[in-house]
Amino acid sequence: MPPTVMLEVSRYRPEQDDKPVFQTYEVPFRDDWVVLDALNYIKDRLDGSLSFRWSCRMGVCGSCGMMVNGRPKLTCAAFLSDHLPGPIRVEPLNYFPIMRDLIVDITDFLEKLKKVKPWIVRDQVLPLEKGEYRQTPQQLDVYRQFSQCINCMLCYAACPVVGLEPGFVGPAAIALAQRYNLDSRDEGAKQRLKILSDHAGIWGCTFVGECTQVCPKHVDPAGAIQQYKLTGALDTLKSFLLPFGTR
Amino acid sequence: MSDLAQYTPYHPRWYRRRMPVLWWLKDRAYVKFVLRELTSVFVAFFALTSLWQLRALAQGPDAYARFVARLKAPIFLAVDIVALGFVLFHTITWFNLTPTAMVVRVRGKRVPDMIVAGSNYVVWVLVSAAVAWILTRGVK
Amino acid sequence: MTGRFTPFMWFVFSVGGTIAAFLFPVHLFLNGLAFPLGWLDAPSYEALRALVQHPVTRLYLFVMISLPLFHWAHRFRYTLYDVLQLYHLGLLIAILCYGAALGGSAGAAYTLCNLG
Repeated sequence: MPPTVMLEVSRYRPEQDDKPVFQTYEVPFRDDWVVLDALNYIKDRLDGSLSFRWSCRMGVCGSCGMMVNGRPKLTCAAFLSDHLPGPIRVEPLNYFPIMRDLIVDITDFLEKLKKVKPWIVRDQVLPLEKGEYRQTPQQLDVYRQFSQCINCMLCYAACPVVGLEPGFVGPAAIALAQRYNLDSRDEGAKQRLKILSDHAGIWGCTFVGECTQVCPKHVDPAGAIQQYKLTGALDTLKSFLLPFGTR
Repeated sequence: MSDLAQYTPYHPRWYRRRMPVLWWLKDRAYVKFVLRELTSVFVAFFALTSLWQLRALAQGPDAYARFVARLKAPIFLAVDIVALGFVLFHTITWFNLTPTAMVVRVRGKRVPDMIVAGSNYVVWVLVSAAVAWILTRGVK
Repeated sequence: MTGRFTPFMWFVFSVGGTIAAFLFPVHLFLNGLAFPLGWLDAPSYEALRALVQHPVTRLYLFVMISLPLFHWAHRFRYTLYDVLQLYHLGLLIAILCYGAALGGSAGAAYTLCNLG
């Protein structure tokens, strides 16, 4: 095990840089250190001007997503030992505008999340006297996987369609929509399908599948989208066969 | 493609990276994806050669004999080998992705992906054997 | 563009892809390699002609040719959008791709109906 490892970190200071440049730092190697530890060492001891986001440092908040050697990773979960011999390249998440150093603007992402109506939609809200909406474990199991998303945006950084078509709603948002579609308490599937049955919605996806590969919470957004496509397609077929029917 | 940060009305100095023309060469997973998508070209190729064969069959024994002779040319054999490789890649990726797109539930529990994919392979072998039998033994 | 057209074509793409996945390897292996190279005995002209007379065979062949062509059309359309970044030519590409598939299918239908 080497005593130190080199980190090549992307820097971008809008007040002085035209475009991002790489700066190399030598950080101590510890076999229990992750890239986030190395970045914090740089900020504490080597270069206080380095800017990056992080919070829980344990893989539940979704703040510390960055490109590590070209792959989107949570830096709090990317061990230095897995990226030896180095240099380890750290860049901001792909397909987002860079604000500064390793910080990207996520306004677009937040707008896309809101677009899919990520809440329980009901035609008739039950009055309080009727009590809670009850749900069996089997009903929970149907959507549970898609509810695990921590909004870390690694899937957006992995999806080429996000980069090619800025309007594309993206994996996390569609998985979130599907999470509500499959929730037994929800009655908003039709509304969401109308919003997402579009080239910017589910039909922009070409099932590259990288979103699922990089998701740290095993949400499987690619699965959510393909299942959603099947639902959408069957809905379209039904509308052909029963043009005046069950709408 | 300009390297300079793009000016937008609200965010004057955020740096917007451009998608390179050969974006799909930058990552092994993307290369595999593009190869998978290109299998459709060879699928179309075989559909059209099947149509060509059908038309030769319809035109009579001489036309069909000429068609069969053409198939033996080295260039066609080479293309067929490449096409077979791509078509097999299509089959394998298609079956492996089926469990992601279609969730099968039996008595409330999700059927494991390997079983969903595996059953596709089993049916494929059976269907292929049936077709091969019909075309080699089933007709005189 | 989307509305109901793209979801419907995605469905056709899926069915066509499934047909190609199950049937094309064996047919391509036999017709492209095994028969020309003599590894297996090819069926005679008369045998094939008789086989194709049957309406079930004709339906099989039509489905085997036309649906995979539409599979190609849908997939290739998106390949051109994403790999070659030609999304701005969207309508033209869609017309060319699906049109070509339609043409091939029409050719197949015509040939199969006029086998006599």
